[in-house]
Amino acid sequence: MTLITALARLLIFPGLVFAMPAAWFFLWVERKSVALMQERVGPPFMQPFFDFVKLLGKETPPRTGIGGMLMRAWPLIAVSAAAGAVGLLPVLPSSGGFQGDLILLLALLELPSVCIIAAGFSSRSIFAEIGSAREAALSVSYNIVFLLAIVSIAASQHTFRLEALAALPATPLLWLGVAAILVCLPAKLHINPFSLPNAEQEIYAGPMTEYAGAELAMWELAHGLEWVAGVGLVATLVAPHVHAVWIAACIFIAISFAVVLLLSVLAAATARLAIDSSVRFYWQCTLIFAVLAISSAILMRFWS
Amino acid sequence: MKLWRRLMCTARRRSPWLFHMNSGSCNGCDIEIVAALSPRYDAEQLGVLLQGSPRHADILCVTGPVTRKAVGAVKTVYDQVPGPKAVIAIGSCPATTNVFIDSRTLEGPLDKHVPVDVYVPGCPPRPDAIIQGVAKAAEILAKRGNNPQNAEPVVTFVGEVQP
Repeated sequence: MTLITALARLLIFPGLVFAMPAAWFFLWVERKSVALMQERVGPPFMQPFFDFVKLLGKETPPRTGIGGMLMRAWPLIAVSAAAGAVGLLPVLPSSGGFQGDLILLLALLELPSVCIIAAGFSSRSIFAEIGSAREAALSVSYNIVFLLAIVSIAASQHTFRLEALAALPATPLLWLGVAAILVCLPAKLHINPFSLPNAEQEIYAGPMTEYAGAELAMWELAHGLEWVAGVGLVATLVAPHVHAVWIAACIFIAISFAVVLLLSVLAAATARLAIDSSVRFYWQCTLIFAVLAISSAILMRFWS
Repeated sequence: MKLWRRLMCTARRRSPWLFHMNSGSCNGCDIEIVAALSPRYDAEQLGVLLQGSPRHADILCVTGPVTRKAVGAVKTVYDQVPGPKAVIAIGSCPATTNVFIDSRTLEGPLDKHVPVDVYVPGCPPRPDAIIQGVAKAAEILAKRGNNPQNAEPVVTFVGEVQP
């Protein structure tokens, strides 16, 4: 991957120029579909964009006794990590890549949640600390399933290259992995039934309680980009391999939209689980997926 | 620059986030605020969201006659809302202290302590009146902007009862 293609992927498609409107669109789809299921009209189309612009124009009130630089740095790190993760997705055919970019993608996908934990603790608010502790407990539980799913798909192909995984034909192991990723996405995106870390109203706003203005806008953007990256990962794994660039982009967007709808329906239909139930759920999932994924990965290696 | 200012104006008008503060209310107005956000009245059409943290809010909705215990909390929460901000007094209690007038346990009405922009009188006010009040407050926010000269309260009455 040359420098120019890397920059083009990071900044244009599927990077920031595409991902920012997509993030706002996905956030709108989530809110709108919840509203429609509750027989409401719901927010207007431009709502997440207006929220973002309005937050950019708000003041940041003085926070006494808090490391200001650190508080300001976390949302920026989260946004850049999420944008980098989106940029790494092999959406277009033969768009380049490098050996091991899967590992980089997994690290970048994990970084926003590490930032959330750190931000909650550095804001020194009791509610933020509870939110961060929950996020940490949840992230330890769901990440094992998530990593296991991706690593078993990669191990069956003897590669850590995203492009090779995107071109993978549909095998039972791939579908198993995609199912495991889909189970983890609600926790990764903090939506119901795993919306514990930011638990609106229950612990005020979770780790974001002390954030205001432009910093909060950056968190909203990071959240939206996480949506694009998480959903896009599923879309690249599921999408059939085509050579035409435009068709590949359209298929990517259509599958992403379908996954967003699926997750929104799940969020609207469920209530928030308690932390012990969520953690137990993910550890039980881990056990099942561990046995299934590793055994099928070993079998596939023998066959191939 | 002018375009950005117009965009900001529109964004402020179309995305009012509320923080709900009870300063000793009987819960009547609080129930009506929740009703305004519920599927039947659906305030989210106007971009209204109820926020958990005052740091995220644009509009402070105060109910209750401001009891002695609540004065400090009202002032603290008002200071925690980042500017530009607006305050709505929901119900007759924060506006006039209502039937509790002259009580020794009260420090009300609300405008003795924080500047109030919109009054929504009623005991309790209807959810449609509350939504109208929020829409008015959002317009005030859009006009106010970051200009400190515009920080003077713009007193507006909405709902059935007119002064």
